Amino acid sequence: MTRKPGLFGRVYNGLILLFLYAPIFVLIVFSFNSTKSRSVWSGFTFDWYRSLIQDSSIMNAFYTTIIIALLSAVIATVAGTFAAVGFYNMRRRWRTPLMHINNIPMMNADIVTGVSLALLFVSLGSALRFNLGFGTLLIAHITFNIPYVVLSVMPKLRQLDSNLVDAACDLGCTWLKAFWKVVVPEIMPGIINGLIIAFTLSVDDFVISYFTAGGNVMTLPMKIFAMTRRRISPEINALSTILFLTVLILLIVINVREAKQEEKQKEKLRRSQG
Amino acid sequence: MKPKYLAIPYIVWMGIFVAAPVLIVVFYAFTTADGGLTLSNISEMGRFLPIFVRSFELAFVSTIICIVIGYPVAYILSREGARVQRLIIMLIMLPMWMNFLLRTYAWMSILENTGLLNSLLTALGLPALQIINTPSAVVIGMVYNFLPFMILPIYSVIVKIDKSLYEAAQDLGADTVSVFRKVVFPISLPGVLSGVMMVFVPAVSTFVISQLLGGGMVMMLGDLIDMQFLGSAYNPRLGSAIALVMMIIVILFMYVMNRFGEGEEKAVGL
Repeated sequence: MTRKPGLFGRVYNGLILLFLYAPIFVLIVFSFNSTKSRSVWSGFTFDWYRSLIQDSSIMNAFYTTIIIALLSAVIATVAGTFAAVGFYNMRRRWRTPLMHINNIPMMNADIVTGVSLALLFVSLGSALRFNLGFGTLLIAHITFNIPYVVLSVMPKLRQLDSNLVDAACDLGCTWLKAFWKVVVPEIMPGIINGLIIAFTLSVDDFVISYFTAGGNVMTLPMKIFAMTRRRISPEINALSTILFLTVLILLIVINVREAKQEEKQKEKLRRSQG
Repeated sequence: MKPKYLAIPYIVWMGIFVAAPVLIVVFYAFTTADGGLTLSNISEMGRFLPIFVRSFELAFVSTIICIVIGYPVAYILSREGARVQRLIIMLIMLPMWMNFLLRTYAWMSILENTGLLNSLLTALGLPALQIINTPSAVVIGMVYNFLPFMILPIYSVIVKIDKSLYEAAQDLGADTVSVFRKVVFPISLPGVLSGVMMVFVPAVSTFVISQLLGGGMVMMLGDLIDMQFLGSAYNPRLGSAIALVMMIIVILFMYVMNRFGEGEEKAVGL
């Protein structure tokens, strides 16, 4: 058997974790600093949290981010699931090139996806008379989300026993009914996974939004970018702290739930064997 | 209705929002404002050679540092117990969930001239360092942001290695070092490869990290493209040409890496 890592290895990994977390701790500590300094501690305060909540442009950016993320994730999940089922049922000759095109937004640098979509929107916009804004931002997010949904649903389709669909059809289901009653429940974990990936990618995206949102709509990452350029705003630190704690709590909840489910499954297994 | 037709809406969508934009970039790169064909946008590339070289150089250095730092993390982690592995993977992923702009901003306050690092050095009686607004600061920022993207794929390959392979190697007389060199390392190379792609592409095209930590002194390809579209030097045709050339170099790079990877997989018989 392989040995457990020695002291040296553990210290090394500890140092790397320290490297990953040091900047975040700095952000959190200075969110409570009473002056605007980013490096000299001068006393405890909650002022930055108060001014953060009162800052309507930050709150608006936050709402925009959530709305765009929810809409784009749901639309991308539905479209991506249908697309995956369609691709899966095609001949390889058609499927392979289509999957290659599907992968373009994932392989491409974000900045290239961003500027190329911006060019498309600007040329279409001058013909069809629309401007960059909420609509183009939403379309851009749907576009970069769908490939990830397709990629997370596809493996579940491969695991699906095709006899199940045939059996359902033999028992009198139409294909569509078999799809809803048999295929969708079987691939559900992949769909949910795709939805979560799409939502987080959308919340986190800065580069593509920056090029496709135009001047009037702002997501939270775009707002943060604007704030960092002004260089003076401990409100950013307060915002980071809130976001960090939210993610931390979410992850802990998810992990505890998963651990419990695993325990249950083990318990079941033990019972069925005993 | 046949199930394959379900893909039709997305195929239309891809045509408009995935394929067409790429074609428009190509079209813009080779045309003038009044629609005539031109090579002048492409031939202007020579002027930007230093920026191309710097971008690829900094991305390359960052990728190598990520491998050197990240590989041992993945290897050591794979030998921990299941619970510790789970916990540490969660801890490595947690910072990734915080927007990278915020993480980069944190480094601004650490690295700036009167920042925390220099305060610490001064307190210890050491000379202060000028790091912010230099290429080093940009590399630190990229390594920090992209390190998890290197650790996770390497880890996921190493952790799946069949334990009996180790035992077989040990039974045949291999010590820990040769087990690593002849068994673990060759099998883990595909993980390194996907790590390289996940680090190199965003690194070479970044404009946020170079703007925040390089303070405009370290111009990279991303900044150059940004300037042509939303910045002072508004010229989408030149911007398209730069994006196109960058894209082609990156695709060539990935193609070569993939060929290299396939060779490795055959060599270890996977």
